[in-house]
Amino acid sequence: MSKQKAPKGTLRQVLSYIRPYRALVALSVALSALCVALTLYVPVLLGRAIDHIAGPEQVDFGVILPILSKVALMVGVTALAQWLVNTVNNRVTYQVVREVRSHAFARLQVLPLSYLDSQPAGDIVSRLIADVDQFSDGLLMGFTQLFTGAVTILGTLGFMLSIRPGIALVVVVLTPLSFVVARFIASRSYSHFRRQSDVRGEQTAFIDEMLTNQKVVKAFGQEQETMKRFDEINGRLEKSSLRAIFFSSLTNPCTRFVNNVVYAAVALAGALLCVSTAGEPEAFTVGSLSALLAYANQYTKPFNEISGVVTELQNALACAARVFRLIGQEAETPDAPDARTLSDVQGRVDIENVFFSYTPERPLIEGFDLNVKPGQHVAIVGPTGCGKTTLINLLMRFYDVNAGSISVEGTDIRSVTRKSLRAGYGMVLQDTWLRAGTIRENVAMGRPDASDEEIRSACERAYAHSFIMRLPRGYDTVIGEDGGALSQGQKQLLCIARVMLCLPPMLILDEATSSIDTRTEMRIQQAFLSMMEGRTAFIVAHRLSTIREADVILVMKSGHIVEQGSHAELLARNGFYAQLYNSQLAG
Amino acid sequence: MKKLLAYLKAYRRESILGPLFKLLEASFELIVPLVVAAIIDNGIGGGNKGYILRMCLVLVALGLIGLVCSVTAQYFAARASVGFVKKLRSALYAHIQLFSYADLDRIGASTLITRMTSDLNQVQTGLNLTLRLFLRSPFVVFGAMIMAFTIDVRAALWFALAIPALSIVVFGIMLVTIPLYRKVQEALDRVLQAARQNLLGVRVLRAFGLEEREKRAFDEKNDALNAMQRHVGRISALMNPVTYVIINLAILALIRTGALRVEAGLITQGAVVALYNYMSQILVELIKLANLIINITKSVACARRVQAVLDMPAGQKTLADAPKGDAAYRVQFASAGFRYSASGEEAISDVSLNVKPGETVGVIGGTGSGKSTLVSLIPRFYDATSGQVFVDGRDVRTYDITQLRRMIGVVPQKAALFKGTIRDNLRWGDPDAGDEDLLKAAALAQAEDVLAAKGGLDGQIEQGGRNLSGGQKQRLTIARALVRRPSILILDDSASALDYATDAALRKALSSLDYRPTVFVVSQRASSVMHADQIAVMDNGRLAGVGTHDELMKTCGVYREIYATQFRQEDEKP
Repeated sequence: MSKQKAPKGTLRQVLSYIRPYRALVALSVALSALCVALTLYVPVLLGRAIDHIAGPEQVDFGVILPILSKVALMVGVTALAQWLVNTVNNRVTYQVVREVRSHAFARLQVLPLSYLDSQPAGDIVSRLIADVDQFSDGLLMGFTQLFTGAVTILGTLGFMLSIRPGIALVVVVLTPLSFVVARFIASRSYSHFRRQSDVRGEQTAFIDEMLTNQKVVKAFGQEQETMKRFDEINGRLEKSSLRAIFFSSLTNPCTRFVNNVVYAAVALAGALLCVSTAGEPEAFTVGSLSALLAYANQYTKPFNEISGVVTELQNALACAARVFRLIGQEAETPDAPDARTLSDVQGRVDIENVFFSYTPERPLIEGFDLNVKPGQHVAIVGPTGCGKTTLINLLMRFYDVNAGSISVEGTDIRSVTRKSLRAGYGMVLQDTWLRAGTIRENVAMGRPDASDEEIRSACERAYAHSFIMRLPRGYDTVIGEDGGALSQGQKQLLCIARVMLCLPPMLILDEATSSIDTRTEMRIQQAFLSMMEGRTAFIVAHRLSTIREADVILVMKSGHIVEQGSHAELLARNGFYAQLYNSQLAG
Repeated sequence: MKKLLAYLKAYRRESILGPLFKLLEASFELIVPLVVAAIIDNGIGGGNKGYILRMCLVLVALGLIGLVCSVTAQYFAARASVGFVKKLRSALYAHIQLFSYADLDRIGASTLITRMTSDLNQVQTGLNLTLRLFLRSPFVVFGAMIMAFTIDVRAALWFALAIPALSIVVFGIMLVTIPLYRKVQEALDRVLQAARQNLLGVRVLRAFGLEEREKRAFDEKNDALNAMQRHVGRISALMNPVTYVIINLAILALIRTGALRVEAGLITQGAVVALYNYMSQILVELIKLANLIINITKSVACARRVQAVLDMPAGQKTLADAPKGDAAYRVQFASAGFRYSASGEEAISDVSLNVKPGETVGVIGGTGSGKSTLVSLIPRFYDATSGQVFVDGRDVRTYDITQLRRMIGVVPQKAALFKGTIRDNLRWGDPDAGDEDLLKAAALAQAEDVLAAKGGLDGQIEQGGRNLSGGQKQRLTIARALVRRPSILILDDSASALDYATDAALRKALSSLDYRPTVFVVSQRASSVMHADQIAVMDNGRLAGVGTHDELMKTCGVYREIYATQFRQEDEKP
C-alpha cells in the first residue's frame, strides 16, 4: 500500500459511521482506561508485597495475603474489562465495515454508467473489498491502540512519579532516546522500502505480462531472452529487498538496547537510593524498585507502538478516502419527481435532433433524427469499434443525450422512470453476461416468478432447451461466473431465452460475429427472427440478410452516424456503405 | 517441501548462524533477572554501592552484547530468506518456461502469476521470521523455566504448571480460530464475487431493473460475512484476558510460595523478584510465538503451492527417430489426431493433408471444430496424440523445438504485444533484423499507419499493447511474424479485427512475398480463405473436405453451408 494523504473530510465521514455506536465506543474507552490503570496498579501492590518478604523470620503474611487477594480480584476485573473492550471493538468495527460496504454497493446501483465505464471493475471491487478491510484493520484497531498507548504512557509516568519522582525523571529523560532511534531507522529504511516496492512492482508487471502471453513467448522461442531479463530484475530485487528487510529489522534490537540502558539506569539509581535511604522513614524499598523496574520495561513499548499506529492510521484513512470517494460519487440524475411509468408500449421511437458525446472534445453523434414506427427494424452497421454501443446506451438511457430528445410513444424518455423504460426493451448483447447460479435462475432473471412451464417454453423458443437438457442437471445445473463451461453460442442462447421469457415490445439485439459455430449461429438467427416478428428492433447487424431486410440501416464509422437509409438507397448513394458491402465480397 | 529446502542449501551458513545468534541474544536476556537479584541481595542488602555500579554496568554490557548478536542474526536471516526466495523465484520462472501449451492450458496464467508474486513474498516473510524467532521464543520460555528451577525448585513448580496452561489457551484458541478465519475468507470471497458480477453485468441488471434485488442479495452475503467475523472475533477476544489471568495467578502463587520459602530462610528476597521477572518474560514470548505460528502456517501453505508448480513435469520429448514422410511436401499431416486430456474426446482426429512449398492453405470451420488445434501441431505447440505431422518430410517431434519454431511465423488469435518499443516487439521475430527489414515487414502487414501514429519503430507500446486498438495490434503481430521471413506462416484467425478492405490488402501483400512461404490461413470467414490454393474444411474435429473453393462448393456440404450463411445474397447481388 503506497502512502497517500487522505483528504480532510475523511475523518469526519469515518466518525459519522461510528456515531450510532458512540455509547459502545465510550464504554470501550472507559473500560480500556480502567484496564490500563489496573494493569499498572498491580506491580505497585506486588512491589508492596515483596517489601514484606525481606528475609527469614521477616515475612509479614498479615500484609502479604490481603494484598494477594486484592490483586487476584483486580486481575479478574481487568480480564473481564479487557474481554469486553475486545468484544465491543470487534462489534463496532465489523458493523461499520458492513455498513460502509452496503452503502458502497448501493451506490454502485445508482452510479451513472459513464462513471462505471471509466473505472476498471477490478479497481472498484478492490475498493469495496481490500480498501474496506485495510480501513477496518487500521483505523479502528489503530484508535484503540493509540488510546491505550497514550493512557499507558501517562499512567506509567504518574505511578512512577508517585513512587519516586527522581527516578521517574531518569526514565523520562532517557526514553525519548528509543523514540529517536526508532524514527531514525524508520526514516532510513523507508527509502529502501520504496526502492524495494518499485522493483517489486516492475517485476510483477513483467511477470504478469510475460506469463499472460507465455504462448507467444514460446512461439517466438523467447524463453532464454525473457529469462535473462527476469533474472536481471530478480537480482535487483534481491539487493533492494535485503537492504529494506535488514534495515527495518534493526528497529527492534536497537530500541530494545535503549530500553535495556534505561532499565540499567533505573536499577542503578534505585539501588543506590535503597542503600542511601536504608533505615529512614521515607526509605526507598526493594518492592518499589521492582515496581519501577517493571514500569521502566513497559514505559517505552507504547512509544514504539504509537509510531507504528500513526502510519497505519494514515494508511487506513487513505483507504477510507478511496471508498468514500466511491460513495460520494455523484449518482445518475434521478428519475424526474413526476416521472410516469411507461406503459402500453407499441414500439414507436422518435429520435429528434440528438447530440451526444462521451467527452466534449470528441463530438460523436450530431443532429441525429430517426423515426421508428412500431414493428420496424433498424440495422446498425459498421466496422468493429465504430460506436454501435453508443446508440444502445442512449436508447436504454444508460447515458443521457446532450441535446435533442428520444421519445417512446411520443413521451420523452427523460420524463418516465428508467425502470419502466428499460422494461420496454429486451436486450441481447454479444458480450454475454450470465451470473453464477442455476440455468433456471439465469433465464428467470427478468421474471423471477415465472413458472417452470414458462421457462421451459422460453428456452424452447430460444433453441436452448435441447442443450440445457444435455447438461448434467438440466435446468438446475449450476453454471459458474460468466457462464463457466458453456460455449459462447450457448451463452448467447441463454441470454436470448432470458429475453424470450419477458418478450417486451422493443428489442435491442447484437448479432454474433465470429466466435460461434455455424449451426449455433443459425439457431440464434432463427431465434432473433421469431422474436423480432411484429416488434420494433434495433439490431447491430453483421449478416447481409439482416441488413438487407431492415427497414432502416444506420451506417456508423468511428462513433459517427455517416449514412442512413434502406439497403437500396444506400447502395445507390455509393458511399461508405456501398464500399463496406462490396469489400466483403471482393477478393 | 523437501525440494524447496534444497534452495536453502546455498545459504546453509546464514540459516544456521542466524538462529544461533538469536539464541545467544536470548541467553543474555535470561541473565538479566539474575543480575537484578544479585543487586538486591548483595548490593542493597550489603549496602555495597561499588557492587551496584558494577552490576549495572554488567546490565548495559549484556544489552550491548545482545544488540550485536541480534543485529548479526537479523542480517543473516535477511540474507538467507531474500537469497532463498530469489533462487526459488528464478527456478520457478525457468520451470514455467519449460511448460508446454498443454501444461499452460491446464494450469492457467493467473495461478502462475500468484505463485510468482504474492505466494513467494509470503514465503520470504515466513522464512525470515522463522529464522529470527522460531527458536528464540521457545528457548526463552523454557530457558526462563529452567532458570527458575535453578533459583528454587519448589517455587519453579508454578512455572511447570503455568506454561502448559498458557500453551493450551494460546494454541487452543489458534486451533479453533484458524479454520474459522478460513471461513471468513470464503465469506469475503462471496462478497467480492457478488460485487464483481454486479459490475460486469451492470447493463443487463439495469436493463431488467434488478438493482433493488441485487442490493438485497449483496446485503445477505455481507451480513453473513459480518456474522462470521463477529463469531471469530468473540473467540479470539478471549486470548488476551485469559492469558493475563493465568500469568497473574501464577505470579500470585509464586509470591506466596516465595514468601514461605524466604520465611524459612531457603531463598532471598532478590530471588523472588527474579522469579517474578521470569514469569513476565514468558507471556511476551508466548504471544509472539502464536503470531509467528499463524505466519508460518500461511507461509507453508504458500510454499506448498509453489512446490506444486515445481513438481509439475514440464516439457516435450524430442524423438530420436520416427518414420519419414514425403520430403516433397512442406507440411504433411498423416492421420493426425489430438486430445487435450487423456480422458477427453479427440479435438481433432484422423486428419490427413499434404501441403506443397509456397502453397496457401485455408482452414475453415466453426468454433470448436479444431481449426486452431490443427495448425498448432505444426510448431509443436501441441504434439499429435495419434498419427504424425511432418515438416519437409521429417516428423516434427524429431526436430529441436527451437529450431523448428524458428522456421515458422505464427500470428496467434489473441494479439499480444509487450511493453517496449515497436522495434523491440518486432525483433521477437528475428533478433538480428535491421530497421529496414522491420519497416518492410510492417509495410507488408499494412501496419505503416500504426507506426506513423505511434512515432515509428521507436514508438512505445504499453503493457499488453493497451495503447493500441485491436486492429493495430493485430497488424503489428502479423509484422512480427513476417520479420523472420518464415518458410511457414500461420495466421490463426488473425484478421478478425481487421475490416474487409485491410484484410483483402493483407492477403494480396502476402501472395507477393519473394520468399514464397507456405501460408496457413485459419478463419471463420469464407471470404478470407476462398482464394487459397486449397481449403481444409474442419467440422467437429474431422476433415470434412479438402479442395479449392469451386471443388468444395460442389462436393462439401459443410463448406456450402458456411458459405451460404455468409454470402446468401451473392447470387442475387445487383
